[in-house]
Amino acid sequence: MQTASHVPSQSSSPCADDEALVVIDSIDFAHGFGAHQVYRGLSMRIPKGKITAVMGPSGIGKTTLLRLIGAQLRPQQGKITFAGVDIHALGRTELYDVRKRMSMLFQSGALFTDMTVYDNVAFPLREHTELPESMIDTIVKLKLEAVGLRGARHLMPAELSGGMARRAALARAIALDPELVMYDEPFAGQDPISMGVIVKLIKELNQSLGVTSIVVTHDVAEVMTIADYVYIIANKTVVGHGTPAELKRSSNPLIHQFLHGEADGPVPFHYAAPSLADDLLGAQHAR
Amino acid sequence: MLDRIAALGRVTLDTVAGAGAALLMLLKALIGKPNVRKSWPLLMQQMYAVGVLSLIIIVVSGLFIGMVLGLQGYNILVDFGAEQSLGPMVALSLLRELGPVVTALLFAGRAGSSLTAEIGLMKATEQLSSLEMMGVDPLRRVIAPRFWAGFYSMPLLALVFSAVGIFGGYLVGVRWLGVDEGAFWSVMQANVEWGQDIVNGIIKSLVFAFVVTWIALHKGYSCTPTSVGISRATTSTVVTASLAVLGLDFVLTALMFG
Repeated sequence: MQTASHVPSQSSSPCADDEALVVIDSIDFAHGFGAHQVYRGLSMRIPKGKITAVMGPSGIGKTTLLRLIGAQLRPQQGKITFAGVDIHALGRTELYDVRKRMSMLFQSGALFTDMTVYDNVAFPLREHTELPESMIDTIVKLKLEAVGLRGARHLMPAELSGGMARRAALARAIALDPELVMYDEPFAGQDPISMGVIVKLIKELNQSLGVTSIVVTHDVAEVMTIADYVYIIANKTVVGHGTPAELKRSSNPLIHQFLHGEADGPVPFHYAAPSLADDLLGAQHAR
Repeated sequence: MLDRIAALGRVTLDTVAGAGAALLMLLKALIGKPNVRKSWPLLMQQMYAVGVLSLIIIVVSGLFIGMVLGLQGYNILVDFGAEQSLGPMVALSLLRELGPVVTALLFAGRAGSSLTAEIGLMKATEQLSSLEMMGVDPLRRVIAPRFWAGFYSMPLLALVFSAVGIFGGYLVGVRWLGVDEGAFWSVMQANVEWGQDIVNGIIKSLVFAFVVTWIALHKGYSCTPTSVGISRATTSTVVTASLAVLGLDFVLTALMFG
């Protein structure tokens, strides 16, 4: 089994701490009082104004990582800082204030089902600003224009396709012009056209607004075209990181397996189990 | 034997942890600086959802229960020549017991299950998480207005239930069975006391409102975010809240009238 220490690029980092918007420092995290260890000694630097991709096999805890950065979950060891602030040391009020500077695009979109697309996008503006409705109206229309849904603002979330819901959620996520946008599996379940649109939107938002982006995904081809830096997670920690070009050149078998979608390798195809023969014979004896 | 002790320990730990989580949820939702400008519209919206939309079931149930009380009460009292006591019998039964208790049971089934399912679905579709990540506290935005709406609505619904029930008793006793109308109302007025009967009924209602709404919200907020999890939480709300209401009713009755 490949471990982090075998990965050549492990010691390097995309930026210094003061150039990073998010610094994850040797965190340990487990669900259920330690019953299921998700991360052990995981460290990352998310550079300001760049698109950082976090990739890894399904079930490795990529969404958990975003919830840790957003302080919805708390690591048992280590710390995570956002803009120099230890996010898990904050009180409830301060934490909610810091969260206004970040946003997250959920896999499901997580639009409020009892509001129109327009009201969904206006929601954070109405909650956190004292802007007059006329100005909120202008901002909402501009955000919806950016994702191509200005004409669909009167629709309810149930009337949107999966791709449209994801784009509407993206418009809501950028309504307050956050410093950090976290994308949770933005390409999952999308048709090629929707996928292309979302890839383009993430890139454009990054370039035009300078938004720092973390894209959590296992869609290798799409994310490698837009990411400035890539982390690959497996075996509870970072097993490799670098620019897309560096990773493509990597001879590390785990990185190679992941980037080329090979069924078996350092990440086993089979879930841990006794041999098939033992299992079948054992079953016969038990019967 | 050891397994049984371990299982008992697990159940105890889960129960204590669950009670602690429910208490924390409520405290975090209710304690804090109020923002009237934002809270008022949300409260009105929820008062409509849990209060106004429960009116039909409350009015219809109250009417039929009052009519049954009138009919049964008359059949018993007439044997003793005491049918003129029908008014206070119907009124006291409703104001002291049936109004608060039946309203709470109906409220748990109609509004409580709806609150649990709604919040459970919001959790399953990550709407609560997205509120958190937007810097909006879901406990203040989602839980608090629903809690206050349930707390204010149920006593009002119980009063409506009792009033309609008394009218149902009047229809059967006076209009159908021929009890003297003057006696029906005057004996009722003479025997029903403001503090002992009406206020105690309202206090019961407030306690039931607090408990039923709290249980419904906590079950939704802590449910497993799957279809089975939401279904179990909804059922659990109705069962737990109903049993809590009936148990608390005995305790409150013993304290107030015992």
